[in-house]
Amino acid sequence: MTQTAVQPTARDERVTRKSPLQKLLGRPEVGALVGAIVLFVFFASVSQTFIQPNAFATVLYGSSTIGIMAVGVSLLMIGGEFDLSTGVAVISSALTASMFSWYFSMNVWVGVLLALVVSLAIGFINGWILMKTKLPSFIVTLATFLMLTGLNLGLTRLIGGGVSSPSISSMDGYQSARAVFSSSVKIGGVDVNNTVFIWIAMVAVASWVLLRTRVGNWIFAVGGDANAARAVGVPVKATKIGLFMAVGFCAWVLGMHNLFAFDAVQSGEGVGNEFLYIIAAVIGGCLLTGGYGSAVGGAIGAFIFGMANKGIVYAQWNPDWFKFFLGLMLLLATIVNLIVKRRAELK
Amino acid sequence: MTKFSWRKAAVMAAVIPLMALSACSSTGGRQPEAGSGGGGQVASTPRMKVALITHAAPGDTFWDILRKGAEEAAAKDNVELLYTSDPEGGRQAQLIQQAVDQKVDGIAVTLAKPDALRDALKKATDAGIPIVSLNSGADVWRGIGAFTHFGSDENLAGAAVGEKLNSLGVKRPICVIMEQGNVALDSRCAGVKSKIPTTENLFVQGTDMTQVSSTVTAKLQATPEADAIIGLGAPFTLTINKAVESLNLQDKVKVASFDMNGELAQAIIDGKVAFTVDQQPWLQGYGSVDALWQAKRAGIHVGGGLPVLTGPSIIDKSAAPDVLKFAQEGVR
Repeated sequence: MTQTAVQPTARDERVTRKSPLQKLLGRPEVGALVGAIVLFVFFASVSQTFIQPNAFATVLYGSSTIGIMAVGVSLLMIGGEFDLSTGVAVISSALTASMFSWYFSMNVWVGVLLALVVSLAIGFINGWILMKTKLPSFIVTLATFLMLTGLNLGLTRLIGGGVSSPSISSMDGYQSARAVFSSSVKIGGVDVNNTVFIWIAMVAVASWVLLRTRVGNWIFAVGGDANAARAVGVPVKATKIGLFMAVGFCAWVLGMHNLFAFDAVQSGEGVGNEFLYIIAAVIGGCLLTGGYGSAVGGAIGAFIFGMANKGIVYAQWNPDWFKFFLGLMLLLATIVNLIVKRRAELK
Repeated sequence: MTKFSWRKAAVMAAVIPLMALSACSSTGGRQPEAGSGGGGQVASTPRMKVALITHAAPGDTFWDILRKGAEEAAAKDNVELLYTSDPEGGRQAQLIQQAVDQKVDGIAVTLAKPDALRDALKKATDAGIPIVSLNSGADVWRGIGAFTHFGSDENLAGAAVGEKLNSLGVKRPICVIMEQGNVALDSRCAGVKSKIPTTENLFVQGTDMTQVSSTVTAKLQATPEADAIIGLGAPFTLTINKAVESLNLQDKVKVASFDMNGELAQAIIDGKVAFTVDQQPWLQGYGSVDALWQAKRAGIHVGGGLPVLTGPSIIDKSAAPDVLKFAQEGVR
């Protein structure tokens, strides 16, 4: 092949205008969206029940309990960090609220607010230790994960005398708190759990912050290259600590749902869920290395997980193979995601 | 970023507890204890050391009850109880080894993974430490050198549930397994299936109640012919029951359970849950520690070379009120 000189009239490719379709295909979550559509069509074709509105509401509820956390975890991953303590932090929050209100016979709302403070504090401590020590977040949050697991069990046994928190369903403020964190709304004759709306609202807020505010730019900057970000005046420390606290906030929301949906919380719950949140964010197009991704992507990732999780049940497949199917589907969804993204980048 | 104001923080620190004080709950919550009636006489035998080594995952209510039984026996018998647990077979074997190293006077052990524990238990018998097995291992306890076994046959318990459901006219039960690959849970459902062959198993992720709830909801939506659903542990049954109620299926789908706790006893009294089958974990813990004390006291071996069955006992609406108080105490 002969080398041809670059046309002098060619414009710099960085400033060429992209067509709206190209723009859409360049978004981080588009691969996940295609994966979600494929999965939806697949389950709709193998199961009659799957597409019924009430079944779909169940899928959305299952997705929302992953998705609420995935919002915070996605932002954190865009900011270049991990949090392995999220699964148990949810339970820590729920236990704080229930044990505190129960032990002091207080209005449940006092416990709920205290749990918010504790959850934010856990996030703050994670971020603060990370920034002080410069250790990888993997190590720091692994330590927090283990400590919280121990605290959940130890404190629950010490205060409540059992391994699950006592039921708080007859206490003052329970009904109103339940209405906020775990109730259902009738839409077209179908009960939709309000976590679905909380989830959507949180995704909307997170997307707005990421795409329309200065803080959003900071998050992308610290995840892309923390040193470069610091050099141009981005408050790296505050941004990262803030991100961990945002994760803490999500843990609080989900923890309160867990508490008010089931009245009592078992102290050993939550272990292993941290990976589901990370998986949701990764499927949704967040890079494990940071600097790239979106909140909507994490939501779609959670939705894919919810569809796979519930779809297998609706399809009436042999449950022995459940985990295998789940893993396979996650793998396929991520591969579709990858292919679509590569295609989009080539154009 | 706004500056952190110490004055604001101080005001908050003063105001929040005040708000909290004015926010006491008039109902529910912890009730002041009316003086613990326990205590009593302690055996005059010399202090001995007993290790209770289980395969419990931390934070499981069932094991909590079992441990309370063991603690009560230890308090009465002047026994120093060393409680350890690890769900993983290899690490449970290490715990046995550690107990042998500490020269305990007796070992009570659960045999969920007997093959992993065989060598470690051999060292214990070689060192002359008496062994009692409990909970799991009804078919292997003799082989590893235990002199008796405290437990309930899971399969038998499942069959008891199956029979009871049969008598209630159930045709299509769903058996909800909250830990995939757990032998004991599998044999419970197999026991149910031996009486009602149309029984279907459903796996849920027991570490996340929201997933338990939504997966059960999905299953009930997908199987309209289902007329009963069985939880294999009290907290799971309560969650399952909420899912059934939110689908308005409580008249059509009967809820049955294994094991016991305070809320479950209340739910049975209220008619929300049809019945539960209890294997009396408290007795398993109490019995095994007490049996080791008796062995030390005068070489007495309870059981006569046979296992001591602690269940199954079916608790339905008529029996539940008697159990409620003790279940709330964490003894049943």
